[in-house]
Amino acid sequence: MNKSAPVASARPWVAETEPPFLRIQKVSKRFGDFTAVDDVSLDIYRGELFCLLGGSGCGKSTLLRMLAGFETPSEGRIEIDGQDMAGIPPYERPTNMMFQSYALFPHMTVERNIAYGLLREGVKRDEAMSRVTDILKLVQMTQFARRKPHQLSGGQRQRVALARALVKRPKVLLLDEPLGALDKKLREETQFELLKIQETLGITFIVVTHDQEEAMTLSTRIGVMDAGQIVQVGEPDEIYEHPSSRFVADFVGSVNLFEGRISVDEKDRLEIDSAEMGGTIHVGHSTSCTVDQKVWYALRPEKVRLDRDEPVDEANRTQGMVEEVLYLGGQSIYKIKLNSGKTVRATKPNLVRHEDDVISWDEPVWISWGDTAGVVLTR
Amino acid sequence: MAALIERVAPLRWTAALLQRLGLHGRGLVVAVPVLWLLVFFLVPFLVVAKISLSEAMIARPPYAPLFEWDGWRLNVVMNLENFRYLWTDRLYINAYFFSIQVAFISATVALLIGYPMAYFIARSPEPRRTFLLMMVILPFWTSFLLRVYAWQGFLRSNGVINNTLISLGIIDTPIQMLQTNFAVYLGIVYTYLPFMILPLFANLVKLEESLLEASADLGGRPMATFFYVTLPLSLPGIVGGFMLVFIPAIGEFVIPELLGGPDTLMIGRVLWNEFFSNRDWPVASAVAIAMLVAVVVPIMILRSFQARLTEEK
Repeated sequence: MNKSAPVASARPWVAETEPPFLRIQKVSKRFGDFTAVDDVSLDIYRGELFCLLGGSGCGKSTLLRMLAGFETPSEGRIEIDGQDMAGIPPYERPTNMMFQSYALFPHMTVERNIAYGLLREGVKRDEAMSRVTDILKLVQMTQFARRKPHQLSGGQRQRVALARALVKRPKVLLLDEPLGALDKKLREETQFELLKIQETLGITFIVVTHDQEEAMTLSTRIGVMDAGQIVQVGEPDEIYEHPSSRFVADFVGSVNLFEGRISVDEKDRLEIDSAEMGGTIHVGHSTSCTVDQKVWYALRPEKVRLDRDEPVDEANRTQGMVEEVLYLGGQSIYKIKLNSGKTVRATKPNLVRHEDDVISWDEPVWISWGDTAGVVLTR
Repeated sequence: MAALIERVAPLRWTAALLQRLGLHGRGLVVAVPVLWLLVFFLVPFLVVAKISLSEAMIARPPYAPLFEWDGWRLNVVMNLENFRYLWTDRLYINAYFFSIQVAFISATVALLIGYPMAYFIARSPEPRRTFLLMMVILPFWTSFLLRVYAWQGFLRSNGVINNTLISLGIIDTPIQMLQTNFAVYLGIVYTYLPFMILPLFANLVKLEESLLEASADLGGRPMATFFYVTLPLSLPGIVGGFMLVFIPAIGEFVIPELLGGPDTLMIGRVLWNEFFSNRDWPVASAVAIAMLVAVVVPIMILRSFQARLTEEK
C-alpha cells in the first residue's frame, strides 16, 4: 500500500502521469456458447475507486471474478502492478474480495473471520489480533468482536465483510454489489463511509454495481457494461452529461430520446429534423456525423423547462399536454404528451412550499430547452 | 376436508369424540406416531424388561412369572441374578466391548470412505449429481441378506477374489477372508455406507460455494480451506452419519453371523444364541436391556453435541 499516493485530486487517466496499476487487455470469457465478457480492455490507476456498472447478466461480475482468480479468462491478459495474473490461483493474488452475500464464515466469530486471512498468510497470532483490533475500530465494530455472523444485522455483517477484505491490505479490493443488501437509508450512509475508508487507506477499489446512483456517488470513474462489453468509460459527470450511446444515456439516469435526421451540419451548429419532437432541434455544437444521418437527441428531464406561455428566448420549444404529475417531495416529474404522440419527461424542483398556480394534469404546456442542453447520439 | 367431516355423519361423530378427548388438529398428528411408538416400542420393551427380571425355568414360556397372585397376596419376585451373571461371565462384557469396537471402527472407516464420496456428489453438476445419488441408493433395491450372501461368494476360499488372485499368479494358496473379523468390518462398512453418505451429502450440498471462494480469496490453500471451513461446517453431517452407522452396527447380527468366524462374538450374536440356542430368555433379555443402556449413553452424548452444532448455525 502506498499512503503517499495522491488519491482523489489527481486524475492520472487524463494526464497519464503514471502507468496503469491494473491492466485488463482484450479479456474475453466464454461459458460454452455464451460469451459473458467480450474483448474488454481497461486500465485502472492506483488509488482509484472504479465502478463497473451494468444490468444483470452484463458480465460485470464475471469480470470481477476473473480479477479475483475464480474464473480464468478464455482470452486476454490481466496485469496487477506489473505482474501477469495468468495461472495465479486466488490464494496467491494481491486482491481481496467483498462478496455480495458477504460470505462470512458462520462458525467463526467476527474476530476470527477477520483474522482468517492474516493467519493463512502466516502472520503471527499477536500481530494478527492487533491488526484485527485496528480494522474493527476503523469500521466501528469493536464491541461486536466476539459475536457470530448470525447475531449481527445486515449492516453490521457488511462492515465485517469489508473489514475482512481490507485487513490484508490488498493491492486491489474487489467489491461485488457491496451495498446491495442494505436498505436505502443505510446504503446512503454506508456509501460515504466507504469513500472515507478508501481515502484513508488509499487502496484501489473496484466496485461492481447495478445501481447507477451508487456508481455516481462512489466512483472516480465508471465503466458502463452491456452484453459483455465496456460501452463507455468516464468520470461520473462525463457519463451523465456526455453519454456515448443510447444505452448509456438510458441506463444512467433517465432520458428523453428524439429520433431524427441531420438536416444542417455546420461548424458550430447542427439541425435535426425530428418527427417525434414535432419540428427541428437546434444544437449549438457539432459532432462527427453527416447530413441525412439517422441520430438520436438525448435530453435529460431536468434540462427541460415548462411554461404556460410560449418561451421565445429558448432555442428549442414545442407544445404538449400534461399527462401525469408524480410528486416526489423534492421535485415533481411531469409526463408530457407531445402532438407527435411522444411522451417527454420533465422534472421540476419544488422550490416553494405552497404553489397556488401549479401546472397540473390535462393542461396544455410549452416545453423548451437551450441549444446546449442535449446530446446527439449516433448509436 | 373440514367440509367433508361436517357432511359425513360417522366422521362427524368421530371428530366430536376425539375433540371431547382433547385431541384435535395438531394433537392428532402427533398422537399417531406416539401411539405407534407406545404399542410397538414401549410395550415390547417393558415385556423384555419384565422377562429380564424373571428366573429361567423349563416351561412355556421359559421363565418364571414376575408377579404371582396366590389368592390373597401379590408376590413380586425380582431376580437381579441375570444382570449379575452378565458381569461374572467375561463372554458378555467382551462381546459388548467388541461390538462397540467393531461399530466404532466401521463407522470411522465408513466416514473416511463416505466423506470424499459425499463431497464429490455434492459438488457435481445437476444431472450427474442425481445419477450418483441414485447409485448410492440403488443397493437398497435388493435384499440386504442377499447382498451379504453375495459377499460370501466373493470372500470364500474358492471365491471370486481368491480365484482371480490365484489365476493372476499373485498368490499360491487362497487367503482366508471369510469367517474373519476383516470380513465383518467389510460387510458392515459396505452395508452402512449409504447411511453415512446421505446425511453427509445433505449437509455438504448446502455448503455455499462463496464460503470456499472467500477462503481461497483470503489466502487459504485448498487444504486449509478444507480443514478450517468445509470440515467444521460439515460436523453436523459427520455426527449424523456416524450415528446412523455406529448405532445399528453395535447390535448387528446378520453380518457377523454370515461373514464372521466363530470368535467374532458381537452382542447381537450372543443375544441370538441366548434366545434360540440356550433358550435362556431372562439372560437374553438382560443382555438386550444392558445393550440398550450401553448404546443410549453414547447416543445421548452425540445428540447433545449435534444439537449444540445446529443451534450455533
